[in-house]
Order: sequence, then C-alpha cells, then structure tokens
Amino acid sequence: MIGATPQLKSARRRGELQGKLFQAFLYLSIAVGLVTLGTLVVQVVIRGVEFVDLVLLLESPSADPQIAGARPAILATIYLGLLLIAFTVPIGVGTAIYLEEYADKSRWYNRALEVNIQNLAGVPSIVYGILGLAFLVRGLGLGRVLLAGAMILTLLVLPIVIISAREAIRAVPDTIRQGAYALGATKWQVVSRQVLPAAVPGIATGSILALSRALGETAPLLLVGALTYVAFDPTLLGDFTALPVQIFQWTVRPQEDFKILAGAAIIVLLLILLTLNAFAIWIRNRYQRKW
Amino acid sequence: MATRDLLIGAEPVVRLRARRRRWSEDVIKGVLALCALLSVATTVGIVIALFQPAFEFFREVSIVDFLTGTEWTPLFDPQSFGVLPLIVGTISVTLWAAIVCIPFGLGAAIYLSEYARGRTRKILKPALEVLAGVPTVVYGYFALTFVTPLFRDIGLRVEIQNALAAGIVMGVMLIPTVASISEDAMSAVPRDLRDGAYALGSTRLQVATRIVVPSAISGIIASFVLAISRAVGETMIVLLAAGQLPNLTLDPSETIETMTAFIAATGQGDVPTGSIEYMTIFAVGATLFVMTLVMNLFSIRLVRRFREVYE
Amino acid sequence: MSETESAPVKIVDVSLDRLLQPERSARSSVARETVFQVKGVSVLYAGNRALDAVTLDIYRNEVTAFIGPSGCGKSTFIRCFNHMNALIPSARIEGTILFNGEDLYGPGVDAVEVRKLIGMVFQKPNPFPKSIFDNVAFGPRVLGMKDGLNERVERALSQAALWEEVKDRLKSSALSLSGGQQQRLCIARCLAVEPEVILMDEPASALDPIATSRIEELMHQLKKDYTIVVVTHNMQQAARVADMTAFFSVNQGAEGQRTGVLVEYDTTHTIFTQPSDKRTEDYVTGRFG
Repeated sequence: MIGATPQLKSARRRGELQGKLFQAFLYLSIAVGLVTLGTLVVQVVIRGVEFVDLVLLLESPSADPQIAGARPAILATIYLGLLLIAFTVPIGVGTAIYLEEYADKSRWYNRALEVNIQNLAGVPSIVYGILGLAFLVRGLGLGRVLLAGAMILTLLVLPIVIISAREAIRAVPDTIRQGAYALGATKWQVVSRQVLPAAVPGIATGSILALSRALGETAPLLLVGALTYVAFDPTLLGDFTALPVQIFQWTVRPQEDFKILAGAAIIVLLLILLTLNAFAIWIRNRYQRKW
Repeated sequence: MATRDLLIGAEPVVRLRARRRRWSEDVIKGVLALCALLSVATTVGIVIALFQPAFEFFREVSIVDFLTGTEWTPLFDPQSFGVLPLIVGTISVTLWAAIVCIPFGLGAAIYLSEYARGRTRKILKPALEVLAGVPTVVYGYFALTFVTPLFRDIGLRVEIQNALAAGIVMGVMLIPTVASISEDAMSAVPRDLRDGAYALGSTRLQVATRIVVPSAISGIIASFVLAISRAVGETMIVLLAAGQLPNLTLDPSETIETMTAFIAATGQGDVPTGSIEYMTIFAVGATLFVMTLVMNLFSIRLVRRFREVYE
Repeated sequence: MSETESAPVKIVDVSLDRLLQPERSARSSVARETVFQVKGVSVLYAGNRALDAVTLDIYRNEVTAFIGPSGCGKSTFIRCFNHMNALIPSARIEGTILFNGEDLYGPGVDAVEVRKLIGMVFQKPNPFPKSIFDNVAFGPRVLGMKDGLNERVERALSQAALWEEVKDRLKSSALSLSGGQQQRLCIARCLAVEPEVILMDEPASALDPIATSRIEELMHQLKKDYTIVVVTHNMQQAARVADMTAFFSVNQGAEGQRTGVLVEYDTTHTIFTQPSDKRTEDYVTGRFG
C-alpha cells in the first residue's frame, strides 16, 4: 500500500496511544492484586518463620513470647472444623434438596426462602457475632464456649453451603431424574439414589470451601467467646480461643516479639487453609463429571 | 409376568392404588423443610437480637440525638451517644477501599473478559480468587505491620492506626469481588455484539468501553455495591489498622473507629447485660445491619436483572 | 371414498408398499383386547391447551405409533399414560384413560404403581452414571423386587438383545457403551421390572441407522409379550413397525396458540394407503411435515 495519508497516520497513532495506555492500566489492575498478595505472603513468612517450630505447635500461650505456643488455638480450630462439617453439611444439603427437588417454586414462601438465603450470605460477620452474643452466650446462658462458636460459624457459612449444594444438584441432568421416575422410583429414591450420588463432588467442594472461610473468621468469635488468655486445651463446653483470634490477640500486644509470633501463627493458619482449598480443588478436578 | 384377569362384565381389578400410604415420603419432606426453616429462624433471630435491644436503647436515647450527635463516648463520663463519628469513620475507610477496588476491580474484569487469552485467564482468575480467600485478620496484620510503616517511610504522615492503610488494604481484598461479578456480567454479553463492532473497525479499547461495559452495566454496578457493602461490614482490618478512637473526621491519616470496630471491642468486654452501654452494641449493630441490607437487596436486584436480560 | 371405485392407491414410495404386508391389515378383523381406552383426553400447560380431546383405544400385544409434525402433542400425549406429566407442576389433564378397565387418574391412584406396569424409554438414551448391572437392577431394587436380582438382570438384558455384548463387563460403567447399546440398556432397564406396556418416545431418533434397525427389530420381538406404544417423527419407521397408527396435527388458534389434535387413527396400512382425512394424506405423501 502506498504511504498512508497524514490524517490516517495521526489518527492511528492517537488511537494506538490510547489503546496502549488503557492496556497498561488493565495490567496494573491485575498487578495491584497479585503484587499485594505476593508482598503479604513474603512479609508474613519472613517475619514469622523464625518462630515456626514445635514450641508454636505444642505449647500454650504465655506472657513470655519465647515459650508461648498456639496449641489450644490450633486444637480449637480443628474442633471447630469438625463441628462445622457435622452441622453445616446435613442442614445445608437438606435445605438445598428441599429447595431444588421438593419446593413448589410458584409458591411465594419458597421464593421468599431463596431471597432470604441470598440476603443472609451478605450479612456482615460481626452481626452473626451479635446474634450469638444475644441468644447463645447471654440468652441461653450457654456462655462463651466452643459449642456456641461452632453454632454461630455454622449459621454464618450455611448460605454458602446451601448455594453451592444447589448448584451441584441443579447440574445433575433432568434426564436422569426422568429415567428414574419412569421406573417407579419415589421422589426420595430418585434424590437419594441418583441425584445426591451424582452431586457429591460439587457438594464436597462447596462444603470444604465454606469450611475454609469459616476457619479464617475472627469477628464473630470475638463476641461469642474466644477469650484473651486461654492456657488450656479446649473442650466442647469450655472457654476457648481459635487460631485467628490468637493471631489477633498477639498482634495487638505491644512487644515486637509477639508480632513475630503472630506472623508465625499466620503461617500455620495459611497452611491449614491452603491444604483445605487444595483438597477441594483436587476433588473437583478428579471427580467432577462433565455432563 | 403379571396375570391379567379377563372377567368380562365384572368390576375391573384395582391394581393402581398403593398398597399402603407412603407416609415416609411425607416425613422426609417435613425434615427437609425443617432444615430450610433454619435459615428463616436465623433471619428472625438476627432481627430480634438487633432490634429488640435497639428499641429499648432508643427509649432512653433519642434517635435524633443518636443519628446526628457528634460525640461518641458511651463508656465514659459524660456519656454521649452521637453515632456520627462511627459512621464517618466507616465512610472514611470505605471511601479509600472503593477508590482502590472499583477502578482496579473493573480493570481486572475487563482484562480477563476482553484481553486475556484462555490459558492466561485460567491462571489469573484463580490467582485473584486467592486474594479473596485470605482471612481478614491476616490483612489487618499486614496493614498494621507493613503498610502503615511503609507509608511513614515514604513520607506520609500517618498515625500508627489510620484510615488510609486500612482502606487501601481492604480495597485490594475486595478487588476479586468486583472483578468476578463484573466479569460474569461481561461474559454474558453475546459474542455477536462484539463481533459486529470489531467488523466495523473498532479497537479493543472501544469495544470494551463502548459496547461491553455499557451492556453489562447493571451487573457491574451490582459488583460495586456489593463490594461497598462488604467494606462497610468488615471488622478485623479496621480493628487492627484503623483504630478504636471515635473521631469525626475524613482525614485518612488519623485514627478513627468504625461501627464494626466499636461492636467488636465493646462486645468482647464484660459490659453488664442490660446496661445502656450493652445496648449500644445493638443500636450500632442495627444501624450497620440496615445499611448493608439495603445495599445487598439493591445489588441482588441488579444481578437478577442482568441475568435475565441475556438468558 | 366409495369402495367400488378403483381409487388409485396413494403411496409415498415403492418401498412402503413392500413394507405393508397383507397380514397386517388382516389383523384388524381379529378380536383384540383393549389395554387403554382414551376418552376425550386434553392436556393443558398453565392454561394453554397443548392437546385437545383425543379418543382412541390401544390394543394388547400390538405396536401403536403416534406420528405427526413437530408440536402436535404426541410426546405430551404419550406421557399421560405413565403419569410423567405429573412431574410438571403446571400440567392438567382432562378426560379419562382406562387401563385394563381401571381409571388411570382415579382417586388414590399411585404414580409408582402405574409406572411399575407402564414403562418408558426416552428419546436420548439416559443411562444412569453407574455400572451396567446397577442400571438394570435399579428398577427392581427401588420397587422392592430383591429376590433373584442376577437372573432378572440377565433376563432383561437378553430380551433387549444386549446380554451377549455386555455379559462379561456388567460392572463397567454404562456410559462406556455406544449410543445404540445405551438405548438397548435403557430398554433392558425398563423390562427388568416386568411391565405390561412399554412407551417409547422417539427411541431411535438419536441413533444411527444400524442401531435404529436393531431397535425396530426389538420392537417386533417384544410385542409378543408386551404392548408397545411408540412416538416417532419418522413415517417410514411407523410403517415398518406399527400395527396401528395415529396421526396427530396442529390447529392454530386465533391468537396463535398451537393445539394438538388427533386427526385419524387406523391400521397402519390404511393410514398410509387410504387415509380418510386430507391432512393425513398430505402428511404421509410428504406434502408437508
């Protein structure tokens, strides 16, 4: 082509410049997030790694940062995790089955139920803490105990479990259900023998991700129980402190060493969550069926 | 093979009725419905837990004084119950969070939706999601122990606890929220719209900003609103990095207290049940709940609308 | 049309003439047992009349085909026979269907009992994501027929002409079978509960011609022991397999609503060679469809 006219050239260059600037901004957008994440991880690891040792894992907290450990907090986090699975999976999956297979969608109360669950997913976590404080700790007189913490965290992440279980159930093709009904199966037989088994990978993934979210929560536990100084192992109806709360409490101490200790505890927490998430992703990749 | 009776003229043999009533199916349906009712009970519980003590609070403190007063000293003498410092503190932090998460979140979404190739996308999208998965207490720790000292090192005169560090870190945490919902909205825009524009000679910038974003605008706005709602309700980052000092100022370098930080700090303590100080937890909690509820309802509406348009 | 006139026989193509053997039309004079008596059945979806006032009888140990253009309600109609329309909350049925003299929609009728006696095979093969054995055993298991499960499965698979191909890999996944094999598996699944009637909703439309002809062969064999009702959009298929054929068409209402109606029901031979209704004639001669 013979040389482009001056007008075409300058318009093109202007357009190019604009395009390049815009693209730079887009790259920056992605970079901001990733760089921050990277910096955070590096900072935490550099700071805290020196205190990551068996003392951290096996000892109880103490006023002396050199001998303080996070064992009660780690144990409490593990117990909370187990209780959470026991509570959220049956109730969450049960709710999801009701909404997807049994509820008549044309009824107003079933649609209100759906909106309600969506709203609950957006309520600030501290409000769940208030709920726990009012009803469980002071109202029921349960006190600031591990069970109360587990119950409140259950309510907090239940909407997540419900929503992901619903998606997993919905993904099961309708032709499977029709085939099963045509053979004379009752609704519960169709659900329990065809739909649920096929939806298990999706449900498992969703539940584990919800669990991971719950184990990182601090605010509700502050209100519901985790105390400032817990030096003994947690029991169901006893005082407790969880790992995120322990991190918080060490961070606010003035001594620099406690801040390092907090960093070490963060490393432990992040490792736990990383393992859970990796497990969830593995399940999804290995067992998820492409219909 | 089933036998067939051929009694011509006699009553037809009834074989289509169930031999016994399947009550087990009804029981199962009842149990499942009960599970679903728990979510209703939760909402009812939240409403009662917040508003009953809040009403009692407002019998002693006038709601006008509460919403317009500029001094918040419920735990000291003389007591003052003007919640504005807390609200302003929340707004101050949220403002900075929005300044970060809205442009960069949208930028990330546009990049993932219009510019990135399949493999890059497959890696970057989950990487951004990791940002959303980091516990908030870790972000608070990061803001307090790294970001604030960094600001001071580069010459910004900020207090040890300040709104700016908290707001910016919170904003970064919310980038994935804005990015993933906006990107969902943008990928729902049909290919043909883009192809038509490209065929007319548009650049990627033009297609993205003039075609895709406007078509996906309700989903994009929904993502902004949701992110802001989360910023308002966030506790740990502000508790650690923004402070616990009620301060009616929008100056980001100063220490402030947000609504959430107040609730966390006061709720931890041993304030006697039923006292006016105890009730402040619920009054502030109710205010917080109403604010986030309105924003969430609005954004749910918007998301439903954008989903309907293209499906 | 008067029978004394030597009206020319209207045939679609020569091959059809070969298919319509004389024995078939002779059957109409043999006394048959009625399995289904359909009287004035209409189906409405949320107020829309999808099917209007169908009346016909289905006879035992015969293959009855429903043919017609798309949207004429034949799939809707066949689903009335095993209560599958009940799975759609907005569906309503008017009229009566008697099954061996019993009202199919009478008070207290249990859908499970109905489906035990009246089975269905679907258009797209829908094997469960389980082993071949578990697929065929699912029906008996949920219906409480626990005894002799292995024999039952073998018998069903043999009747569906699939046993030889899978007998050595009963535990392997059903999804590893080819399309035609999967559909025969679905038929075996249906046979395992020993129904009286087998409904087939376009059973071969998703299959290649070889698999299709195997299914059609199967229909010939199965009708000795079962009553078969099949929906098909393929006229030649109906001519090949069916003893009786019902032709449905679409009526367009004033506001554009489409309602299916039964136009003509007679022996297959009659429908294809001497249809009484012009619409039937137009359809089978390919003037529209």
